[in-house]
Amino acid sequence: MGREAEMHSLNKEQILNIVILVLLVVLPCLALAIDEPFYITLLTKVVILALAGVGLNLALGLGGLISFGHAAFFGIGGYVAGILASHVLNDELLFSIFGMDVSGSTNMLFIWFIAILISGLFAALIGYFSLRTKGVYFIMLTLAFAQMIYYFAISWPTYGGEDGLSIYVRNGFLGLNTLDPIVFFAICSSLLLACLYLVHIVQNSHFGAALQASRQNEQRLAAVGIKPFGIQLTAFIISAMITALAGALFADLNRFVSPDMLSWHTSGEIMIFVILGGVGRLFGPVVGAALFILFEYYLGGVTEHWALFLGVVLLAVVLFARGGIVGLLAGELKHD
Amino acid sequence: MTEHILKIDNLVKKFGELKATDNLSLTLKPGEIHAVIGPNGAGKSTLIKQICGELAPDSGRIEFLNRDITHLGVAARANLGLGRTFQISSLIMEYSALRNVMLAVQALQGSSYHFFKSIAKDQLLRDIAMQYIVQVGLENRANVCAAQLSHGERRQLEMAVVLALKPKAFLLDEPMAGMGPEGSAKLTQFLDTLRHQAPILLVEHDMDAVFSLADRISVLVYGKIIMTGSVEQVRNDPLVREAYLGEE
Repeated sequence: MGREAEMHSLNKEQILNIVILVLLVVLPCLALAIDEPFYITLLTKVVILALAGVGLNLALGLGGLISFGHAAFFGIGGYVAGILASHVLNDELLFSIFGMDVSGSTNMLFIWFIAILISGLFAALIGYFSLRTKGVYFIMLTLAFAQMIYYFAISWPTYGGEDGLSIYVRNGFLGLNTLDPIVFFAICSSLLLACLYLVHIVQNSHFGAALQASRQNEQRLAAVGIKPFGIQLTAFIISAMITALAGALFADLNRFVSPDMLSWHTSGEIMIFVILGGVGRLFGPVVGAALFILFEYYLGGVTEHWALFLGVVLLAVVLFARGGIVGLLAGELKHD
Repeated sequence: MTEHILKIDNLVKKFGELKATDNLSLTLKPGEIHAVIGPNGAGKSTLIKQICGELAPDSGRIEFLNRDITHLGVAARANLGLGRTFQISSLIMEYSALRNVMLAVQALQGSSYHFFKSIAKDQLLRDIAMQYIVQVGLENRANVCAAQLSHGERRQLEMAVVLALKPKAFLLDEPMAGMGPEGSAKLTQFLDTLRHQAPILLVEHDMDAVFSLADRISVLVYGKIIMTGSVEQVRNDPLVREAYLGEE
């Protein structure tokens, strides 16, 4: 009987989610109407960073896996976009194998596919070792792996090393003019929505039930015959793939990739989106990323110490609102 | 039919110089309730942990359904049909009672890697889980989250979860712990019927329950089984009285 009622009336969180969705459509239209493409670009940045957070939220929020190395996947996504594009733009082959010539690509769809594939492989490797540990050790191991990739990128002169790599022309998508801010925004926000939907489905699936159980009580999960390791590794890989997709978009947004994307600052920022917005809340990373960019842009214009204020807000959220901003607005998370 | 469902041979586990399990051998036959009793610190928990796979023995062998499981992990043993309950209830605290059982049902049907199959809309899963909730008498509390259940209700839920796994053997770690006399009596009755479903290795402090249920009793003292016998034999053994039951 309770379930019937639920179906007809929306709860607070669903209303909040709908408001966010509406804003995602209205705000860029508004920016378009007042002819301020800069705001569209700013919104695109929010959307892309939110997507990176959505990825991390799957591991961190649902699985309780505190990865401090998601910059690795964000950066891998970025470098895949940069490297594939640079070979086409410089008219060089990517590599030759068994007499077969493999060239780069400026097709976003192909770039995304490769970004997801390669980040998945890295996540499998990093997860396989890191998930054997718990707590602080897991955090440190994921950080260590990400830093290894960071230093590798810095010392790899072929693709710019410390200076990074430029993508002179934004990659293509089905013949659309991706350099038009509103078009690129549409592409990015569509991907964000698709991934939000995917995470929503996964969260409520059989796999999601096992994953969220693993966060709460691994011993119980094992006792019913489900090995927590496999569930966690799978979640870690999917999580990395989503964050890598965001990385590929971020490279295209800036038309530039640098080792910064791989640094631990980036890992920290992605984590801040999730914590600020609400750990384990579907739209948490969207709210978190929006707030972060709002702070960076508006307070950043006033003072260069804007991060200090962000720190205060973060502290307040951690101390007083464990469910983040979404938790504050929509109340505690409930399972039926 | 196999002669032994569970067979433990010469199991040894040392913590430093302390032999928590000292060359221990034990069997569980079809249809029986085999109780393991012993004073605090006798090594009962250490034994349970080795049987269910949480702790690796230093030497010895554990056979389950004629298969060597000594080196298998917890989940693998559970999948073979070793159903255990915990001395201190171990549940998914944010999940409702029903959801806790649904997790077990899903584990049994092996659907934990279905990414798109909704839990909420899986009526069959819900119905199957509900049967076990009813069987342990929690139907009025099915949608209450585990964290809000009373101690006794959590014990009932533990039973529902293990029943849902349809185990080939039950490994019950002090199921009576913390239950009132009424609850214990009810559970005793329930376990009595359960032995027909699968044999039970029962580690228990509650002597009334053990004496009324057990077909065989093993007495564990300092990691060693000092005797195995019927209720009568154990009750009247002077060695056991001295070591465990004390002078009455």
